Amino acid sequence: MQAYKKHESIAALMNRSNVDTDQIIPKQFLKKVERTGFGPHLFHDWRFNDDGSDNAEFELNKPAFKGAQILVAGDNFGCGSSREHAPWAIADYGFNTIISSSYADIFYNNCFKNSILPIVATKKQLASLMSEVAANEGGKFIVDLENQTLTTPAGNGFKFDVDPVRKDNLLKGLDDIGLTMQHTDLIDQYEKKHKQNYPWLWA
Amino acid sequence: MKAWEDTMKKTMYEKIWDSHLVAEVAGQAPLLYVDRHLMHEVTSPQAFEGLRLAKRKVRNPHSILATMDHCVPTKDRDLPIADPIAKKQIETMAQNCEENGLNLYDMKNPNNGVIHIVVPEHGFVHPGMVVVCGDSHTATHGAFGALAFGIGTSEVEHVMATQTLPQQKSKNMLIQIDGELSKYASAKDIALAITGKIGTAGGNGHVIEYAGSAITKLSMEGRMTLCNMAIEAGARAGLVAPDEKTYSYLKGREFTPSGASWDQALAYWKSLPSDDGAAYDTIITLDAAEIEPQVTWGTSPEQVTGISNIIPAPEDFDDEIKQQACANALDYMGLTAHTKITDIPVDLIFIGSCTNGRIEDFRIAAEVTKGTKIADKVTAIAVPGSYHVKKQAEDEGLDKIFIDAGWEWREPGCSMCLAMNGDELTIGQRSASTSNRNFEGRQGKGGRTHLVSPAMAAAAATAGHFVDIRKL
Repeated sequence: MQAYKKHESIAALMNRSNVDTDQIIPKQFLKKVERTGFGPHLFHDWRFNDDGSDNAEFELNKPAFKGAQILVAGDNFGCGSSREHAPWAIADYGFNTIISSSYADIFYNNCFKNSILPIVATKKQLASLMSEVAANEGGKFIVDLENQTLTTPAGNGFKFDVDPVRKDNLLKGLDDIGLTMQHTDLIDQYEKKHKQNYPWLWA
Repeated sequence: MKAWEDTMKKTMYEKIWDSHLVAEVAGQAPLLYVDRHLMHEVTSPQAFEGLRLAKRKVRNPHSILATMDHCVPTKDRDLPIADPIAKKQIETMAQNCEENGLNLYDMKNPNNGVIHIVVPEHGFVHPGMVVVCGDSHTATHGAFGALAFGIGTSEVEHVMATQTLPQQKSKNMLIQIDGELSKYASAKDIALAITGKIGTAGGNGHVIEYAGSAITKLSMEGRMTLCNMAIEAGARAGLVAPDEKTYSYLKGREFTPSGASWDQALAYWKSLPSDDGAAYDTIITLDAAEIEPQVTWGTSPEQVTGISNIIPAPEDFDDEIKQQACANALDYMGLTAHTKITDIPVDLIFIGSCTNGRIEDFRIAAEVTKGTKIADKVTAIAVPGSYHVKKQAEDEGLDKIFIDAGWEWREPGCSMCLAMNGDELTIGQRSASTSNRNFEGRQGKGGRTHLVSPAMAAAAATAGHFVDIRKL
């Protein structure tokens, strides 16, 4: 996994709540057997007109948001299915940071497996950030994971919380499976006990 | 009672968590052991690819049960799959299971069906287990008192390689529902009413335990429907305490222990229900008698109301975000505020999915359908959740009731729940659907979904609009 340290980027604003995974990556794109190539289909049904042209009214199609690596979005972002295609599409499109007041649990977990930092803001912090992006489209935000800070031109930044284990893995770009496999002896011991406690599961 | 004694009391979730804790290593998330791993073709191929690239093996092949459901056609099953990308996904699943020695119920297998329908049919999940699947509706299996939750593809790979998952412990939510459901109000209506009450983010960070007399009265099928939609209320998992209904459902099934093992397992299962006085972080109560048959009117499962009500207007909400969400939903759904729910016309009826594709669902829908004809211009499709459900329904003559009324009787699969297999709504088409999500485009781009119970869907098929089945 790619390490996440510090990013400076413009932020794109998506002032909608309950953005669901069916919108992030519609089901017709879930048939691939690869992890890559989902970016062109991110928010497909909102992003494109029926003839395939860009929908000028869709917020991410605003010229000022082109190249944004930070997505500022409304409450309960990523609700719905467990499809990891959602963060794959988000990362492939170019975002590495999402800022919202809350996330659906599975989506939140999936982000950390794909070098995406989902920052949790308070509702007040999010409202200020949204106002700032709306007033100054194209302003540069700085996200510093090491120091857990978000800095913005108008000073609406804040210090954010992140689970220390997840932070460490992101900073180092660590592979979860490799980490767990360092404890194979503990898994072996547990499994031995499991076979004694629940023998009917191993018959 | 002394304070320290209180701390000894555990919820069912805490009991399952504690018994599956492999290790708590400093600087890492707690590692939880996984008993059962369920699989389908959409969220697994990239996980197998990851294993191959890292030269890792599946640690416990016997812990896995796989099926093909999301992409499979529900008619002309003998013909080759027309969509080449779907065909490749199906073939990749077969190859991955073959290479790793996994138990797969492929499209032609008589055990095939929707993963969350098939798994209970074979007794593959028992009370007290930790169960995962790359699918958010894994919550279904909480009906058996198992901790069952959806995971992403990276986690699917993690479980295959290590039989464990690093997990953060969730909070405990108790949803207490007592009283008597009215006739034709069902588990689906309870699930929708809960989502309407607490919202799609209401259960975030929690595991929900459903309790109360209305829950214990539900059949196992009903409990599965209820737990299935825990995710729609934001919770990763739902739980119902195992009881005699659970044990008698499990007894005699393929993967259920028998003989002396049964007695051993049963003793363990009986130790699982939450202790009296166990503490919950959040408690919600509902009166079953007040739950009407529900219909969603918007593009989120929380945008739902009772059949006797009207569609709300944005100004009916206090919250600015909800006002905007209501306005957006009415626009997408092509609905006018303050229209009676019973005045909403429907074009297509879908009965099926992991939420409502079980035998009980087809029985109640057939009871409502018997001797009727579907309305003009309405298309109605019944998609059994598995070949076993299909066969049982046919043995009971239910297929005839549907076919005589003008319904299509299909082969099993996820079908119109997420419309990946070619079964979908066209732009502007409106469905009454027994599935679980009414998101924009979920059943086809521009399609408009109303979530309802099987009985409500069947009644709408005959009338051509929603009707209050309590008055039929």
